[in-house]
This record gives sequence, C-alpha cells and structure tokens, in this order.
Amino acid sequence: MSSSMTTGVSSRKADPRGSGTGVEDAPLLQVRDLHVEFRTRDGVARAVNGVDYSVRAGETIAILGESGSGKSVTAQAVMGILDSPPGFVTGGEILFKGRDLLKLGQDERRKIRGSQLAMIFQDALSSLNPVHSVGYQLGEMFRVHRDASRKEAKARAVELMDRVRIPAAKERVNDYPHQFSGGMRQRIMIAMALALEPDLIIADEPTTALDVTVQAQVMELLAELQAEYNMGLILITHDLGVVADVADKIAVMYAGRIVETAPVHELYARPAHPYTRGLLDSIPRLDQKGQELYAIKGLPPNLLRIPKGCAFNPRCPRAQEICRQEVPKLFQVTEDDGTELAGRGSACFFWKETLHDA
Amino acid sequence: MAEPILEVRNLVKHYPLTQGVLFKKQIGAVKAVDGISFELHKGETLGIVGESGCGKSTLAKVLMNLERATAGEVLFKGEDISKLSGAALKAVRRNIQMVFQDPYTSLNPRMTVGDIIGEPFEIHPEVAPKGDRRKAVQDLLDVVGLNPEYINRYPHQFSGGQRQRIGIARGLALKPEIIICDEPVSALDVSVQAQVINLLEQLQGEFDLSYMFIAHDLSIVRHISDRVGVMYLGKMVEIGSDEQIYEHATHPYTQALLSAVPVPDPTGREGRERIILSGDIPSPANPPSGCRFRTRCWKAEERCSTELPLLAVPSLEGPAAHESACHFAAEREVEQSAA
Repeated sequence: MSSSMTTGVSSRKADPRGSGTGVEDAPLLQVRDLHVEFRTRDGVARAVNGVDYSVRAGETIAILGESGSGKSVTAQAVMGILDSPPGFVTGGEILFKGRDLLKLGQDERRKIRGSQLAMIFQDALSSLNPVHSVGYQLGEMFRVHRDASRKEAKARAVELMDRVRIPAAKERVNDYPHQFSGGMRQRIMIAMALALEPDLIIADEPTTALDVTVQAQVMELLAELQAEYNMGLILITHDLGVVADVADKIAVMYAGRIVETAPVHELYARPAHPYTRGLLDSIPRLDQKGQELYAIKGLPPNLLRIPKGCAFNPRCPRAQEICRQEVPKLFQVTEDDGTELAGRGSACFFWKETLHDA
Repeated sequence: MAEPILEVRNLVKHYPLTQGVLFKKQIGAVKAVDGISFELHKGETLGIVGESGCGKSTLAKVLMNLERATAGEVLFKGEDISKLSGAALKAVRRNIQMVFQDPYTSLNPRMTVGDIIGEPFEIHPEVAPKGDRRKAVQDLLDVVGLNPEYINRYPHQFSGGQRQRIGIARGLALKPEIIICDEPVSALDVSVQAQVINLLEQLQGEFDLSYMFIAHDLSIVRHISDRVGVMYLGKMVEIGSDEQIYEHATHPYTQALLSAVPVPDPTGREGRERIILSGDIPSPANPPSGCRFRTRCWKAEERCSTELPLLAVPSLEGPAAHESACHFAAEREVEQSAA
C-alpha cells in the first residue's frame, strides 16, 4: 500500500525531523492508511482504500473529489460519526495530537469531539434542530462541555453570534433555525464549530448550498476565524474554484484513494495525475468558447465493483496494460533532474509524462 | 441577427398572499417576476443567471405556461401564448420544451425509459404514429448518446449524467424549436457536466434549437450562451452579449456576482480584489422601493430609493453600451471567472 510513501511526502515537506509523534510542530492530525468499507446487502463497498494525509495548525488542506470518492467518509471516520453499521473502519490510524483516535473509547472520543475537533456540515437547515432556538443549540456546547449554567451559556451564545457577524445577535438568540436565511444558518453552524475553540475544523462542502455572493461572505469569514485561532482546516469540496481560493495544499481523491497531493499553486499549474488534469481541463475557459469542452469520458466507478488496477484506468486517456493490472502507489513527483518536489505525489505510473504535458 | 422566435414583454408573475380562511383577502403578493422583457432569437442561447429567489425558475414556468402570467405578454413567433388554453395551448407547447434540474426526481421511477421518452407522443400523436414510436424512441436514445437497447430499463438503473440525457431526449421528442434548460447540470458531478454541456451544444447545431439556459454557474453560462441576462429579485438588471456582460458589466450587481465567483486558479489570489456584498437578498414579498438592489449596493444614493431604474442602454462608449438597469451604470475592472 501507499502508506509509507505518502507519509514520507507529507513529512518531508515541513517536518524534517521525521514524523515522530508528540514532537513539537508535529502535525495536528495524521491519517495513515485509512480503510473504510460499507457492508451492504449488495456487497462490500470499499469507500476508502488507504488514505494518508496530515494537517498542521493554521494550515488548510482541501480534499477534492466527486460524489463517491470517499472524501466525506474519511472525514466522518476522523470525527467518529461514521454510521456503523453499515460503515466500518477496517484499518489504519487516525493520530490526533499523537493519540490514535481509533483506539479510544466512545466517552473519550465524545470529549474530543466538539472541544478539540469540530465539523461544519453542508446543509445547515437539516443539521440544526428545528425545535430548539439557535441560542439553546449554541449554548449546549458550553452546558455539556464546560458545565456552564443556562444563563451563562446563553450569554456565550450571543457572543458567538456576534463573532460570526450575525446582526442584532442579542435579539435573534431566541429565534429558531427556520427564521434565518441560508447564509445566516451556515454562520450559526460555524459559530457552533468554533464555540470551544477547537484545534481542527473539518468543513464538509460548507458553501455548496449557498449562492455565490453569500458563499464569498462565508468563506471569507471562515478564513478570517481560522487565522485568528490558528486552527487546522480540512476543507472537503468538489469546487475547483473554492479550493484555489483558500487551500494551502490539496489532496485529490478518486474511488477511495488519494490520487494526487500537491501545494495549491503547483496542482493548478502542473497536475501530475490524468484525473486532476481532466478535471482542470473540463473547466470552461474563455479561449475555448464555441468549441467542445474537454470531458472525461465515462462515469465514476461503482464502489462495489472498483476496476482492477488503477481505478481510473477505464476513463484514462493514458491507460496502458500495467494500469489494468497493478494498483499504482503514490509516487514522489520529481523534476527531470531528479529534484524532489516537496509535498507532491501522484498515484499514476505515468506521472512524469502527465507532468510534462501540463 | 435572426428574427426573434420568442418575445417577452413586461412579464409579471405575482403569487398572492392571503389571510383568513372563509373570507380570504389578499394582503400582499410575492413578486417573483416583476416586469421582464427580452427576446430570444432563432438558434441562439440566452443564458439567465441570478441567485436563488431571483425569479429565474418562475420565469421558466411562466414561459412554459405551467404558471399563468399575472400580466404581460409572451409572443411565440408573434402570437401571444400567455393567455392561450385548450387545444391552442397544447399545439404551442409542442414547440417549447423543458429540461429540468434534478434528473433524480424529474423521471417517474415506475416508468421505463421507453415510456418516459415516448409519453410526449401520446399527447401529440401527429409527431410519431403509433407504429413508429418505439423506433422513434430508440433514435432519440441514440441521439443523446445512450444505447438504444436500454429502452426497457428503469431510471434507477442509470447514473445522474445518463438520467439527464434521458431528460434531454424527452425534451427533444416533439422536435421543439425552443428548449428551456433549468439548471441542467448543477446536480451532476464535475467530470460529467462537460459531457452534458457538449451534448446540448451538439444538439443545438443538429436541430437548430434555441435555448434558454438558466443556471447559477457563471463559467458554464458563459461557455454556452450567446447572450446573457442577469436577474435580481424579479427584475432583469442587465442583459447583453456574453462579452458585454462578462468583460464590460455596468450594473453593480453583475459586477459583484462576477467577482464573487471563485476563480479556479490560485495565481494571484492574494491580490485579487473582490466585492463582498453585505446581507442577503430581500424578500420578494416586500422588495425595497426604487432600485431593488440598493440595500446591498455600494453606489446607492437618495435617488435609488425613490426612482426605479429602467433597463436601458446607458450613454457609454463601446461594449459597455448595452442594457443595464442602474442610475449609475459604469464599467469596473472585474476579475474574470473563466478568463
């Protein structure tokens, strides 16, 4: 599997002392060779097949992928909110501040969840409880985790709503979720995630349900708060535009594997995996007006029947015999003269050629 | 320019808000579409962009006569179709078809693909006589790039992109002249979107179709459209060729919308100037007086709250001279989304 390779790539980038845990400046979160499967009536769907990545304080990593690529499932496994059954973590480690979360009991994980590790969901309306006021739901964080009194909790809720710039927070604290607009609800979700000043936030498609002008407001707010609290941020999205705006580094997922990792500027300038290349090429560009758009042929694979070899091979313009036989590991990407490109990896046998074409 | 195939004049759609059960009285109206005029020419694609709640989907429904217009006219080849009913409406509808956003809910799960695509022929038997229908449906499947042997399958056996192709085949069945596409690719994966866009463009050339393409993804709209209209709160605020709108926008809302779109290129992202609008779209039941955008506009002055700006060509030079509904219409350097 690709585990040793990836860890190598990420640790080489910013942690020259190696990936020793507990060392100062060690990554906040390290996911190593994570495997998740869903046991369904129709068979076993391998949603995540050996994923490695790491996040440091203050860093934003974007996990880019289409539906079914395993990007959300990875996040759910990290948070410990995987629906189980049918979902099971079948292998790997999730090291958070050096401790393997998968070895902790439910009580301990619950203590970490919310206070040190928080998540923002895509659909704020269905993530908030419609029968409690937003003030009550925000205050719950303090009542449960900090033993605050009801009055205290409500005061803190107002503060939080101020923080995420909800106008007239004091008057609106007793309003219910349906009384807020989509953008305001997403702010409340962000406020809830920030409540206990966690070290790491996972944002799963935080702006997909919002209009572009509101999306810009919310992303700006999120970036600002992240800088203020020096938090790690995992941004899960399918939007190449949002990623280009905020991410430091990117991991592209396909069929449950990371197929490419790279710092944001390099990924867009010189992709080293044909899938990434195809995604970038299918963005409509000005000079292509009136011409046919580049389209990746075929469909994302069914996770019950992932193709043999490289999962992308049936759709890949570069596929050779070896791609149909062997699963490519995440290769270290280098320049022609062999200089290693920091933080860059590609799970393609022909990464060199792909890099050259870019 | 080709002659207009569809002319919309001062189209209004208000949904009444009522109070009381027995003696209902109207206490107001949601002004979903509030006085819109534009033309659609033969063989062209008109893109309509705007945020949710701006009335773009209501506009589509009114054009299809799925909703009755409160006021105004929709002229199809010179004939007002907004007040038609019965056989006359049925005849006109043949020529205006629709492709819906969500391919998961717009196909009946209990019908086979053959029945779904063939259903329009039941209503308009003159297009395909009974004996030829199966063949006609198979041809349509072939045209949209699906295997004609799939005719007896059910929608759940297809992926999202394939389902959207089925929806497109259904829209094509009656050989319409206009197809209204309401967010046809927004429910699809990025890698599949391009396939469907290419199909739509190819069909347009093949059947000489006119499209009204409603979407919120500005880069896709730019790619496919000849002209683009921007809507805000039931009004058309700016309309022009794709270049005029994307490169020389003069309405502040269009400028804000364009600058808010995340650019899929990290180069120079730190220096990128971005207009961040404050607040949300006001309620269409109680729109602001005067210019509807003034509550979020940085250019707003006293005049904007009293005087409704009309959609007109401002006295500007070059490509900036296109219809824009702003008292202070002027160009501004806007970061391009698809450049």
